[in-house]
Amino acid sequence: MTIASARPAPASRLKVRPAAEARGVLVIIALGLVGYFVFPDDLAFLTRLITIALLVISLDLVTGYCGVATLGQAAMFGVGAYAVGNACLAGLTDPVMLLFVGMAAGAAAGLASGALITRFHGLPQLVLSIALGQLVGALANKLSGWTGGSDGLSGITPSPVLGLFAFDLYSRTAYVFSLVVLALVFALLLRFMRSPFGLLCRGIRDDALRARMIGAAVYPRLVIMYGLSGAVAGIGGALAAITTGVVGLDSVSFERSAEALVMLVLGGTGTLWGALTGALVFQIFEHFVAATNPFHWMSMVGLLLIVIVVFAPRGLAHGAAVLWARLRVRGAAP
Amino acid sequence: MTDRLALHGVFKSFGGLHVNSDVSFALKAGDRVALIGPNGAGKTTLVNIISGDLRPTAGRVLFEGADVTRLPIAERSRRGLARTFQISRLFASLTAGENVSLAVMQRRGLTRRVLSATADMADVHTECIELLETLGIADLAALPVGQLAYGQQRLLELAIGIALKPKVLLLDEPAAGVPHEETPKILGAIDRLPPDIAVLMIEHDMDLVFRFARRVLVLAGGRLIFEGTPAEASLDEDVRRAYLGSYADARRTA
Repeated sequence: MTIASARPAPASRLKVRPAAEARGVLVIIALGLVGYFVFPDDLAFLTRLITIALLVISLDLVTGYCGVATLGQAAMFGVGAYAVGNACLAGLTDPVMLLFVGMAAGAAAGLASGALITRFHGLPQLVLSIALGQLVGALANKLSGWTGGSDGLSGITPSPVLGLFAFDLYSRTAYVFSLVVLALVFALLLRFMRSPFGLLCRGIRDDALRARMIGAAVYPRLVIMYGLSGAVAGIGGALAAITTGVVGLDSVSFERSAEALVMLVLGGTGTLWGALTGALVFQIFEHFVAATNPFHWMSMVGLLLIVIVVFAPRGLAHGAAVLWARLRVRGAAP
Repeated sequence: MTDRLALHGVFKSFGGLHVNSDVSFALKAGDRVALIGPNGAGKTTLVNIISGDLRPTAGRVLFEGADVTRLPIAERSRRGLARTFQISRLFASLTAGENVSLAVMQRRGLTRRVLSATADMADVHTECIELLETLGIADLAALPVGQLAYGQQRLLELAIGIALKPKVLLLDEPAAGVPHEETPKILGAIDRLPPDIAVLMIEHDMDLVFRFARRVLVLAGGRLIFEGTPAEASLDEDVRRAYLGSYADARRTA
């Protein structure tokens, strides 16, 4: 909300206001602490949840903010993971450095695929994203010297974080490390999306011709956003490789791309909170339902999706915001 | 003084259909020109050629003396060409204020910034509010575009055009679709445009044309058939025939 009142902005507005970003970090850390203390036996699952959340957030950057339809997002996640696996096996074992390796590999994959995908629109764009995803999947299977083929890469053993915190059997270090990375990435992206660049992306999504008519070069912006999205997905892939020690073909699979899209739609496209909510709700629901009913859990997940799409078509985050606003109005009434 | 905008022998065909044939005219700073003509005369096609949406089949478009015929839309816009559309095109998920501030920030080259929050840019904010105030829609700034009435959307589109501080402004039927009681607001806004801008307006409403234009171009069958003052246009035999002819034909075939 750029302009909320007709009055000139007070001087305090000139200062950098970290409010939204700080709130983002606080909420993620608070949720993370709940996870740490309430489900101490599920930290490996929660760590995996965080890596997938990063994938869903990265998808939101192109699909939600730029209107690019894609079903190949896992490719960038996988490229990040494989890059990190190879780097670690080659002797670069510092986890923070490995994060940067994953980020750079993901960004490169994002720029390359974005340069092609964003030239198209609608269904051709979607099909192209699937094709690129399948291509990466096929390469991962064939180039077994780099990827271990269908056996995957294993034996990835990063050194302790900052030389202090070794990765333990209970995933405590892995979980806290992932949580901190998620909080940082999330805060940076919140900032990014409130920037003029972020606003222009939303403008391009709304009407690309209008954006051109105000002098914006649309194509380079979309490619840059794809690169950013790839960087975030690559960080997710890097975390997955660092925290599990293995990278398999599933990390570049079509199923993973499709699931990420489902989670995003579930939570709500076009807001980072929506992406985070979708990733959380979907995976937690899946986890518990699969544990309690191993035979029918897929149908339960399907039912949940149908219910949410019917009752909150714009996603959980938006639905919750509407509900909250209604409750507040009712509460304020005499 | 160089013409702000000049067309030299512009032709446009879609397959065998000749939409524009040998159109040439020029706009100078401060011009207020109306482009009129019966339906299907090729007016909007011509505006699309000027704005860069379409490439002409032959001929040249000059902007401040430089050939821009092959330049992309965004580049023309950066040089100072702005337009509005016959059916409003706005950033639908943004607020009215964000729509204008995006144009302001793009003009000032601020949209490359990735880590400074839009809300913190006080001077952008001030410029937007002042602009919206001159158009009488400052109170709508916080509303999403979807909640604006159509007339307000037209004003907002005009605001985006003005926010770009253009040298040439193309208005494609700015009052189209606006309820009659709201047209004076649009007219008022057009009257208050910065005097230096060269404005080319497509319009059907002859009252509006008479009030706005100091010069009229008449397009019929894709050709310019008349150029002169509005008063001359209303007396011109060819113009009458172009307009009345199409109506007379319509009546005969009906």
